[in-house]
Amino acid sequence: MKDLYALFRHSLAGLRVLVAATLLVGVAYPLAVYGVAAVAAPWQSHGSLVTATGAHTTDADDAVGSALLGQLTDDDRLFYNRPSAAGDGYDPLNSYGSNYGPESPDLIAAIKERKAEIAEREGVDPADVPPDAVTASGSGLDPDISEAYADLQVPRVAAATGLTEDAVRRLVAEHTSGRTWGVLGEPRVNVLELNIAVLAGS
Amino acid sequence: MSSVVPALGQIAVLVAALVLAVPFLGRYLAHVYTSPRHLAVERASYRALRLDPNADQHWKAYALSVLGFSLVGILGLYAFGRLQDLLPLSLGFAGLPADGAWNTAVSFVTNTNWQWYSGEAATGHLFQMSGLTVQNFVSAGVGMAVAAALARGLARNLRDGRVGNFWADLVRTVVRVLLPIALVAAVVLVLLGVVQNLLEPQTVHTLTGGTQDITGGPVASQEAIKELGTNGGGFYNANSAHPFENPTPFTNIFEIFLLLLLPFAMAWAFGLIVGDRRQGGAVLAVMALLLGVSIALLTWAEMAGPGTAPGLAGGAMEGKEVRFGTAGSALFGAATTGTSTGAVNAMHDSFTAPGGGVAMFNMMLGEVAPGGVGSGLYGMLMLAVVTVFLAGLMVGRTPEYLGKKIGQREIVLVALYVLTTPLLVLAGIAVAITASQGLVGLQESGPHGLSEALYAVTSASNNNGSAFGGLTSGTPFWNTLLGLCMLLGRFVPIVLVLALAGRFSAQRRLPPGAGTLPTHRPLFVALLSGVALVVVGLTYVPVLVLGPIVESLS
Repeated sequence: MKDLYALFRHSLAGLRVLVAATLLVGVAYPLAVYGVAAVAAPWQSHGSLVTATGAHTTDADDAVGSALLGQLTDDDRLFYNRPSAAGDGYDPLNSYGSNYGPESPDLIAAIKERKAEIAEREGVDPADVPPDAVTASGSGLDPDISEAYADLQVPRVAAATGLTEDAVRRLVAEHTSGRTWGVLGEPRVNVLELNIAVLAGS
Repeated sequence: MSSVVPALGQIAVLVAALVLAVPFLGRYLAHVYTSPRHLAVERASYRALRLDPNADQHWKAYALSVLGFSLVGILGLYAFGRLQDLLPLSLGFAGLPADGAWNTAVSFVTNTNWQWYSGEAATGHLFQMSGLTVQNFVSAGVGMAVAAALARGLARNLRDGRVGNFWADLVRTVVRVLLPIALVAAVVLVLLGVVQNLLEPQTVHTLTGGTQDITGGPVASQEAIKELGTNGGGFYNANSAHPFENPTPFTNIFEIFLLLLLPFAMAWAFGLIVGDRRQGGAVLAVMALLLGVSIALLTWAEMAGPGTAPGLAGGAMEGKEVRFGTAGSALFGAATTGTSTGAVNAMHDSFTAPGGGVAMFNMMLGEVAPGGVGSGLYGMLMLAVVTVFLAGLMVGRTPEYLGKKIGQREIVLVALYVLTTPLLVLAGIAVAITASQGLVGLQESGPHGLSEALYAVTSASNNNGSAFGGLTSGTPFWNTLLGLCMLLGRFVPIVLVLALAGRFSAQRRLPPGAGTLPTHRPLFVALLSGVALVVVGLTYVPVLVLGPIVESLS
């Protein structure tokens, strides 16, 4: 009983501290970051939105998407993103991976199917289809594809848009980022920005 | 897909940053936990909150403060979750169900951050910002306070079981350590693309005429403390794999740096608090050694990509982001399970079988390499006591650690500590796979299904919070079971640690004699690493064999 009363007394002190902590790190801190972000990085803090001309915007009404989020494509003039397990594909309201394990029969079947489909679409040997093209990302929103997957899609995009393959390759190169400081992460091609450039060029 | 040289370079960048920052921050932390002086803002808040920061608490009072504070934290967060629909910025989401609110309240108060829900589909901005983020700060503060109390107990001489003042430790941790670093880190993250707004999802019309809902939120402020406090609860369902939480390779390495920073710095601070820097160095060396091995193994597993699906695809890219590749995902995976963070930048369920096994083994180590903020240090110190005890038995010396005798009462406390989490994990998995409600949540059958369930109870009991996401855990059965695992896995060990701190504080601190085992030499580092591995090995080998090991061999 004495211990219970002691716990109660300590809990009351705890309640006072919790209220103070909520005001400090639950209200003041996020709002301070919000304030700094609004002044120093309005574009980033609003989701890195881009318009159809590739310009930065903070207004969703002007935007065609976010430079940081991949999107669904069903247009052969454009580069395709990776497979996505987020909702019906690239749905930010359902970000996630497939969570299939390495021996999952479902995953194995999906990879085979995607390989065949992409090989047919691009007119290449299934063995040449790179890993990122046939696997879903962790977020389901991966904005990037590998250089190999971009390379694979160049002839089709060129044929469908009337651009030369060299011109498309130049656009790919312009939207490719290398490893940061030569070691961090992986080289990658931002698909939305590349597709905006392709449409602008064709 | 990654290549070896950049993968090594990436690890080298991380190590260099930690080597520069850890001793500096460790010195600062030692000052924070030993200085008698209060900052003006702290004095004002103690007055307003009617707390006496100078009362040197007996370990029992200290433990009651920890428990009382955590109790109101759980009740408060439970109510917040249940009632979120009545509050502003709820985005129209309903209140959480009773079992879900219980699970989430326990999860965030215990620094676990297990998430049965999908952030963008269940929680409003206010709940995330003023509920979850607050616990991200203070649950980290509780862990660090308890570690500081243990370090002080060891450093003290005949102090009657007194171990310091919890409220002062907590307030100082938040005000002097977590808040300033989180503020800087959040601004860095925002500049690199992490979102920070209070918008509802906004619909854009995509290039091909479809629509996409862009989700916003106060993400950067939560992301910074989520890594720094080794919490791990993602703002979004995809956690740090989401480009709005972790947009570039640099933010990736920065977030890994943040989640390793304080656990290592606490080890350094420990050496300074007990007055012998080499003791902290030895503990840190064991942490670094074990983490280094798991980074190497996990990186190898993911880059080599064994298994049917990775072999067919040409690489283990399922569940991974192109910007991180296999190497950047493996590094994050080892760091997040080696600390008790549980954030993920790739889906661990889709890791290769050996990779997923390493992640699970990391958690089973008891989160000591380097472990959660504070909890990693006190967990490792408990194993250090086991080590001197075993070494003492072998050579017939009276075991002592840092001048404190390890008698019967001390070793009983430590033994109970070491047994608590395995008991929770193994009892939890037994309940989960014998109950029909446990089995329905599994996405896959066979060894991988067992791995999904085992990963969940291991993650909860060790307060990690990462998941094999194939498990559908948002059911009353799983929410209740994992909530119990998290609660007991946090507070039973904490009470045992504080009891031990009290016993050490009451003892005389003996000078080292001829029979004392030096605890700062490489021999001790090797012994302690061995003890950590053997304790886990003996406990978990049978269940690991049935899950990830069978899967690796099949």
